[in-house]
Amino acid sequence: MAKGRVSIVVERCKACGFCVEFCPTHVLALSSAFNSKGYHPPHVVSPEKCSGCDLCGMYCPDFAIYGTKVGEMKASKAGGGEE
Amino acid sequence: MLKVVDDTVNPVEPFLRSDRMPHIWCPGCGIGTTVNSFARALIDSKIDLQSLALVSGIGCTGRVAGYVKLDSFHTTHGRAIPFATGLKLANPKLNVVVYSGDGDLSAIGGNHLIHAARRNIDLKVICVNNLIYAMTGGQTAPTTPGHATTSTNPYGTFEPAFNLPHLVEAAGAVFVARWTTFHVRQLARSISEAFQKKGFSFIEVISPCPTLYQRRNKMGDGLDTMKYYKEKSKVKHGAPTSEVGLTLNGEIAVGKFVDRDRPDYQSMMRAQYVESLGERYIEEAEMECVCG
Amino acid sequence: MKADPHGVLTGTHFIDGDHACCEGALAAGARFAAGYPITPSTEVVERFAARVPTVGGTFIQMEDELAASITLQGAVWGGAKAFTVTSGPGFSLMMEHIGYAAMTETPCVFVDVQRGGPSTGLPTLPAQADMMQARWGSHGDYEIIALCPNSPQECFDLTIKAFNLAEEFRVPVMFMMDEVVGHMTEKVVIPPADQIDVVARKHTRKSIEDYLPYGSNGDMVPEMAHAGEGYKFHITGLTHDERGYPNMTPQTQDKLVRRLQNKIRSAADRICLFEEDRLEGADVAVVSYGITSRVAQRAVEMARERGLKVGKLRLITAWPFPDRKISELAARVKSFVVPELNLGQMVREMERAAGGKAKTFAVPHAGGGVHHPDEILKAIVEASRC
Repeated sequence: MAKGRVSIVVERCKACGFCVEFCPTHVLALSSAFNSKGYHPPHVVSPEKCSGCDLCGMYCPDFAIYGTKVGEMKASKAGGGEE
Repeated sequence: MLKVVDDTVNPVEPFLRSDRMPHIWCPGCGIGTTVNSFARALIDSKIDLQSLALVSGIGCTGRVAGYVKLDSFHTTHGRAIPFATGLKLANPKLNVVVYSGDGDLSAIGGNHLIHAARRNIDLKVICVNNLIYAMTGGQTAPTTPGHATTSTNPYGTFEPAFNLPHLVEAAGAVFVARWTTFHVRQLARSISEAFQKKGFSFIEVISPCPTLYQRRNKMGDGLDTMKYYKEKSKVKHGAPTSEVGLTLNGEIAVGKFVDRDRPDYQSMMRAQYVESLGERYIEEAEMECVCG
Repeated sequence: MKADPHGVLTGTHFIDGDHACCEGALAAGARFAAGYPITPSTEVVERFAARVPTVGGTFIQMEDELAASITLQGAVWGGAKAFTVTSGPGFSLMMEHIGYAAMTETPCVFVDVQRGGPSTGLPTLPAQADMMQARWGSHGDYEIIALCPNSPQECFDLTIKAFNLAEEFRVPVMFMMDEVVGHMTEKVVIPPADQIDVVARKHTRKSIEDYLPYGSNGDMVPEMAHAGEGYKFHITGLTHDERGYPNMTPQTQDKLVRRLQNKIRSAADRICLFEEDRLEGADVAVVSYGITSRVAQRAVEMARERGLKVGKLRLITAWPFPDRKISELAARVKSFVVPELNLGQMVREMERAAGGKAKTFAVPHAGGGVHHPDEILKAIVEASRC
């Protein structure tokens, strides 16, 4: 059971690769999918290895990814689950 | 458009003007990364966001003001510090952060930088240094290392670059630190520390400009630069600032260089007036004279 | 509302224009000034620096005019009424920030005690050669208000007016003194605070959710908020929309700059102040402002003694230019005589507004002194003959 979970805001990603590189447990890789701007956003390849440390979120210059610890306080309606 | 399918929220999100995302910074630009560290520092320091004001100048880093959900002011080139000074003096309860770039703060804004440090105005200055004038297309800045290629030095620069920590220490800053965008946690910690200090704090963050500086100098993209920072940086807390200058391919000294105490501008002002005027000194103006 | 008594030095004084201007600012509620010394304006802030610690407020001498002109704006957004004081060379340095104040709609006052120019010019001698610069000095399309006092008493009274107009229209106001008015000492009567009307800042009463920094409230002047009140607003010099967010499209640009222009122009009748003297049945109208108006008064008396039908119009508001008044007057008189301490600045506005209905005779002066009444009289005589 993973200790953490990654959330990806696909449309903000510019495929800089920071998150992929600096995830300490190599959870991520750039996908072959495209977002509407033509970038390859990351996707989770090893979900079981995620610790929820949020280093991906700290590094992401585009605020497009973040990690949370599973069982962490869920956010209020504001900001989450929007389309 | 967030397209987040779960109900968690990015810890940074409450600090962002989400309605203005995605931002204009290039892929691999480090400015957004510094904003993450800034947001972390705000969370960790439990700063009251209502009394926090952010002032920036012109340039890529200057756009930070437009993306943070705070009372924020995008001012003129080089003049964020004097604007911030006016804000702080008119309302001393505000926590005022200046968030601007190396060109804005040390070239056109250089005079204001040294005077605010001299006066020890209680400001937290975050200087994102990408070693170039980025927004205008990659011209030589006072921080561009010698022999770098820029659009106005197409055959290589031949001027020495400013050593910003040395400059602001000499001018009087009480807190001087430098990190790179690789050092996300350390940067957040330094910003938090700066919030605990009264006086002129200056935090330099070396950041990639993959589109201009790195590209013209064949240093790869943003990720290559982050790895470069990891390789080249050396933590040297307390190092003499005269020794932390940057060169094209040399070591990047990072850490907390200066942490000293001296009275800030407003404390000195108050002390002087109390000594000269005693009870006649009235510190705060009646706010009713403005809003009625 | 009425003036805050802490700042009102009620009484009869014998002070010069610079000092009276400072008292006017204090009476108007100014509690912040950022300055940089420059002759012949320095005394305004020197007095402010001496007065404000016992009134409540701050003076800071900044490292240059570039800083002073923006520091005062930071103070405005921090909640104060603020101003700065300068002369020609400093006025030139402040131009970018006058534009910033106009663009962000920051209410504030810039005092220019004009001296001989260009460049370093004549630091201790008068001129009125910054009049066009007051209007057009910064880049882009924007409007300002400019007032011209002609006595130390007016330096007091009209400074209050300047602050009031700044708050009412959220615009930078240029207070165009000159070295003579600034350094002449005369009786200045400062009334009790409850006899002085002061305009409060147009502060929003909207909730944080509803407030838009540049939203419309039925007029063209948006409501303001200050930093630290929880509104978390954004202010930028970039072309922006009602949210204050940068929005750089031709449509937003058109809407914004036209509003900045119209909010002043549509109220021109209210903003334009002038003083008329015996214009009924006049053939010649002498139109002047500032110190020159006092010399012109003498010339008008001399002309009337000779039987010439001469009247006088004194511009108290120089900008917006009183187009309607001049156009209306041009239909009644045969000619205008326009003496100024410059080689022809406001006279160009006169010619434009007169629209050819009356002839215009300029009486230029390169600056450094004031006209001799005979120079103006000569022009009046010539103007009477046409």
